Amino acid sequence: MIRIIPKLDIKNENLVKGIHLEGLRALGDPEYFAEHYYLNGADELIYHDVVASLYDRTSTLPLIEKTSKKTFVPLIVGGGIKNLKQIEKILKSGADRIFINTAAINNNKLVKNIIKEFGASTLVVSVEVVRNKKNYYCRKDFGREETDIEFINWCKNLQDIGVVELLVTSIDKDGTGEGFDLDIAEKLQKFIEIDYILNGGFSKLDHFLNVLNTCKPSGFAIGSALHYNVLKHKINSKKFDGNFEFLKTKKKFNNFSKLSIHDIKKFLNKKKSIEFRKI
Amino acid sequence: MKSLVSIIDYGMGNLYSIKCALDEVGINSIITRDSTIIKNSKAIIIPGVGSFSNAMKKIKFLKIDNIIMQHHFEKKIIFGICLGMQLLFDKSYEGKVTNGLGIIKGNVLKFKTNKVYKKSFNVGWKKIEIENKNKNKNNLLSKKDNYMYFIHSFYVKPSDNKIITSKSIFNGQKFVSSIKNGHVYGFQFHPEKSSKIGLDIYKCLKKILNK
Repeated sequence: MIRIIPKLDIKNENLVKGIHLEGLRALGDPEYFAEHYYLNGADELIYHDVVASLYDRTSTLPLIEKTSKKTFVPLIVGGGIKNLKQIEKILKSGADRIFINTAAINNNKLVKNIIKEFGASTLVVSVEVVRNKKNYYCRKDFGREETDIEFINWCKNLQDIGVVELLVTSIDKDGTGEGFDLDIAEKLQKFIEIDYILNGGFSKLDHFLNVLNTCKPSGFAIGSALHYNVLKHKINSKKFDGNFEFLKTKKKFNNFSKLSIHDIKKFLNKKKSIEFRKI
Repeated sequence: MKSLVSIIDYGMGNLYSIKCALDEVGINSIITRDSTIIKNSKAIIIPGVGSFSNAMKKIKFLKIDNIIMQHHFEKKIIFGICLGMQLLFDKSYEGKVTNGLGIIKGNVLKFKTNKVYKKSFNVGWKKIEIENKNKNKNNLLSKKDNYMYFIHSFYVKPSDNKIITSKSIFNGQKFVSSIKNGHVYGFQFHPEKSSKIGLDIYKCLKKILNK
């Protein structure tokens, strides 16, 4: 079974979504979306506090607590995590696993310490990848800061120190709806033995076919395609700070098929004989 | 307050998630390490995520092992989840061999890897196949084979096959995914994270508690 994992990017208590991790549009109340996805068959949920590393804080704890009361599937939380104390708080609030990116790059010992303290399965390392000519490099701070770390070398390094799952985001594909990055998929399949969740670019069912001919991910993280489907049914925006222009104009999200998790699972089952759990 | 369930807080595990699941099905529960509260509760839940030896060290340091044993001798319900179930066994081969609580006869072993199966961590949803359906009534599992959420790299091997209530498959090998021995229940998967099917297990627990 391949997990279908809605990824909810959060900024100032709003669910947001951008393109190439930029130009974030506010879409509504994350809790509402999370519960909807749980009821619709999400296998896991991701909360990503996308400005936490910029402002040096974790403000998602109350949201995690509220979400845990309504959703009974695993919740992975990340964004701005720098130390074990923060992780303890996040887990106590009801998250099951956490992910880090920037802190793993800045402080290699942190990864080992997290594994030692909380167990390897509690940690997912997020790898945000951008293409430069023929090579792929990692970025920090939700894609804002470049590094000279080559992507596959970094993944191998993480694998060697005991990481058991990666969340690999193609920044080039993020929010575009162009499909998953097949080069990244091919490299992961060739060089990486641990589990990896693919993120970025999905907008229509056929996108699964190519990528599943190329690699075997443990899960797909999906944002826009699911969020826009929910919005189609209900515009649920709270009065928070944020860029709501996108919602007000009621632009159609033309690039994206509006899909439910159930649609996705049915498709994967039919075309690729991938089992799915009934809800 | 008769049906109060204590979720044992020894510093490890997804306590709050379990509390939320119990709230959802309407079981009155508390997260605690207070010996008086635990003694007065009708059932205890032993959670756990992390390493076996670390968990045993913390349990012994807080003297919670004595309280659990007392609870066991009084034949009150014990509910072990994931590492919490593994702790009920005689010993674990995680790192150095560590003795567990010894409530269930058997050992805790690591998943083997080989050229075909390179991963030692079972993370994700796996089907459970019900075992010993007739011998073990009140196994808390619904009759259908269902997917549950797993996250572990060690599994239990009970000495007595009759206590096995379900098995699952990882790396091409069958392993024990739940047990029941009298008043002792153990689940390798996380019912509180296994969607509505998982919550059904807590609903069954509620029925037993209300008897």
